[in-house]
Amino acid sequence: VLDDGVIQRVLGTALRTGGDFAEVFVEDKRATSARLDDGRVEELSSGRDRGAGIRVVAGETTGYAHTADLSEDGLRAAADAAAAAARGGGGGERIVDLTRVTAPRPNEIAVLPETVAKAAKVELLMRANEAARAESGSIKQVSARVADSRRRILVANSDGLLAEDDQVRTLFSVQTVAAGDTGMQTGYETVGFTIGWELFDRHDVEEHARKVARQAVTKLGARPAPSGVMPVVIGPGGGGVLFHEACGHGLEADLVGKGASVFKGRVGEQVASPLITIIDDGTMPEEWGCFAIDDEGTPAQRNVLIQDGILTDYMWDHLRSKKEGRPRSGNGRRQSYQHLPMVRMTNTYLTAGNDSPDDIVAGTERGVYVKELGGGQVNTATGDFVFGMTEAFLIEDGKITEPIREGNLIGNGPEVLTKIDAVGDDFRMGNPGMCGKDGQGVPVGDGVPTLRVTELTVGGTAA
Amino acid sequence: MSQDLFGIADSVLAQAKAGEQVEVLAGRSVDTEIRVYDGEVEKLTTAESAGVGVRVVVDGRMGFAYAGSLDADVLAEVLGEARDNAAFGDPDEHNGVAEPDGHGYAELGLFRPGLADVPTTKKIDLALELERAVKSADPRISGMESCDYSDGTAEVVVVTSTGIRSASEETYAYLSADAMAVDGDETQTGYWYTIGRDTSELDVEACAAEVAKRATQLLGATKPSTSRLTVVLDPFVTAQFLDILAFALSAENVLKGRSLFADRVGDEVASPLVTLVEDPTDTAAMTATEIDGEGLATRRTPLLDAGRLQGFLHDSYTARRMATTSTGSAVRGFSSTPHVGSRAMAIAPGAQTPEQLIAGIDDGVLIRGVSGLHSGVNPISGDFSTGADGLRISGGALGEPIKEFTIASTLQRMLHDVQAVGSDLTWLPMSAAGVTLVVGDVTVSGK
Repeated sequence: VLDDGVIQRVLGTALRTGGDFAEVFVEDKRATSARLDDGRVEELSSGRDRGAGIRVVAGETTGYAHTADLSEDGLRAAADAAAAAARGGGGGERIVDLTRVTAPRPNEIAVLPETVAKAAKVELLMRANEAARAESGSIKQVSARVADSRRRILVANSDGLLAEDDQVRTLFSVQTVAAGDTGMQTGYETVGFTIGWELFDRHDVEEHARKVARQAVTKLGARPAPSGVMPVVIGPGGGGVLFHEACGHGLEADLVGKGASVFKGRVGEQVASPLITIIDDGTMPEEWGCFAIDDEGTPAQRNVLIQDGILTDYMWDHLRSKKEGRPRSGNGRRQSYQHLPMVRMTNTYLTAGNDSPDDIVAGTERGVYVKELGGGQVNTATGDFVFGMTEAFLIEDGKITEPIREGNLIGNGPEVLTKIDAVGDDFRMGNPGMCGKDGQGVPVGDGVPTLRVTELTVGGTAA
Repeated sequence: MSQDLFGIADSVLAQAKAGEQVEVLAGRSVDTEIRVYDGEVEKLTTAESAGVGVRVVVDGRMGFAYAGSLDADVLAEVLGEARDNAAFGDPDEHNGVAEPDGHGYAELGLFRPGLADVPTTKKIDLALELERAVKSADPRISGMESCDYSDGTAEVVVVTSTGIRSASEETYAYLSADAMAVDGDETQTGYWYTIGRDTSELDVEACAAEVAKRATQLLGATKPSTSRLTVVLDPFVTAQFLDILAFALSAENVLKGRSLFADRVGDEVASPLVTLVEDPTDTAAMTATEIDGEGLATRRTPLLDAGRLQGFLHDSYTARRMATTSTGSAVRGFSSTPHVGSRAMAIAPGAQTPEQLIAGIDDGVLIRGVSGLHSGVNPISGDFSTGADGLRISGGALGEPIKEFTIASTLQRMLHDVQAVGSDLTWLPMSAAGVTLVVGDVTVSGK
């Protein structure tokens, strides 16, 4: 994207006020999406975002400036602004020797979405619409969206690092509305991978649409969710957000560093049931949260966060790892060149256990079976979290019985980790997520096998 | 400043071909963000962002493209991309850009030139002052998760081949803190803010007091038992519910069968105590604006009158399809097409203060905060269930703090179950204002 000489001069400008560290992050992102709603292809959209962010760190202060002007003058003006915000002791321009670092790509991209005809994208949506409507007469509305993006990034810093990545993601989602005597209910599912158009060689959009139609129709007959504390069995794949919220955020080193995490000072301690091993892995091929390098140029890594219930490590970005004198973990990410990087998860998952999923349900007298969890949020300082059940059933006498309407689950992270008494052998990754933190969204993946939490608060309206 | 944006937008519009409708939205913003920690600047970001979004409608087909840049090489691509995209949309006779409707644009004075003259050091000092004030407000405050200052100047212009040519410009300054309070081995957090059109409107002391109050108020909280109770919603909570209710008041969702209010105009859908108005021309709202996402004038729109549904929010598409006029409710940024949304909804306040309302409740809960609203509320079915915390109300007085429970009902029932509206209308930096609401018969799930 940029000539090495330009990058060197920009880094030199950034360091002129005596900063300890300077970084140039360049991004060129193209995104396209097509949306069908109300039986019509309403819109095709194409977008381009291109710019650079310059970061200067002096002592405890970080200066940042970003610009959409990628000329050398534009970049140097941004470097000046960042340098003015973070002044160090010495000063004077210096030349940084750059060494190109190549990190392995998690996977190859077979079909770049930009090579696919727009008509083919539109056709997928129409097929999904027809399939969903044909599934049941109760389906009154269908919307479908296909989106792809190609994000090319370059990172160079005053430590001499120069690294690039080319990230391609493709996503497909369907939402349905079913109407009956009890009102309206909805179904929704999205699939997405860090791959190209080959997604549709292996993913049947019509089956996807039929499944989402059935979800909405099933909920028309659903009972109100129960309320109160009870055992909750989480199905494979669909409940990964539990660990993302219950402990993932609390293991981010920036929050730990400010004392805003219930897991501060607990490395080496038993923080979870011995059945629990949690991993954050940015190298998982094709998964939604994978990449070759993070947004600070560090190669993606597989990091064990909790091993057999014992807290082994936090996740790190460049600033925190440098301060603590430890290696980076590849978790420094940002939404775009307009944002500073911070500690973020990649693909976070609970590894498989030994229990049979059927036995886990059969051993639960009365409770809730959650097939799919929706979005959630956590207060890392208290550990209190909440997330929505988008598809759930009652468990009565050890059997999954009737569907229940939507509701939230609440709990406390450190408490829930110790209350998991069964982990199934049926691990799978779940659907793609967009994780929000401090106003920035980044793509993340998660996954779980079937598992049981002995006590969670289910927030329904039934007694 | 807008002259320059008009020039850019006009240069794109000039390339429109015969038989084509074209709309160009161009925007630019200059922002400063400062975070302080332990008496020092942790980070300081300064940036200018700009972009353009172009819609093309040909033979009833619509296409869209955007670019986060005003560079000539990027701009040159945008109209062509939008035109190409239009070829693949399905035709709809109601598609089109907005037409001038003769409605006058309000002059709201949302731009304060003085903000540009405030030196960065003064902005840093405001954030440091807030950090100090929060920490000294209560000995139990143990630290800060964040203490931020931010401000911005934003301008936007919309030009169309149908003759719309409008602009708006605004400034804002915002200070906020998220603090932790510790008692023994228990930690709680509290967040609050102060906002204005420029730094002179910021109230550091009041903000610090509220942050400290919110952080310490829940210390010692326990989990309540499951029951059905009267709940009192804090204005901040009411505003979050109104934000979700806006979904059902959008004509777009009515047309697409996603609104629980479809076919209900004229019906009593809420308690007679509820009168609801959308008014982005009310300068008390930080979300006030003079033009909507299609360049039409914003205006006051009654939605509920004493519980009766008066109508819906419209953009030009829904207005054409339902044979009415736009309410100036198209909402968007440059990177997306317009959709119908609310900006400044408010419930007409009642006569009693929150204290007077609480005094009349024998057994209930004051809901101070909710979490997971967006995962726990389905605006299409109306089902909701959300995590909550607050204070017990017994014998007409506020009692002990409670947490780790959920409140659940349906939006439809909750609107009918409103028993009183407080006098404390509070504008928040959200798409709705808050007011204290007393709601009967809500399920509280705890132990």
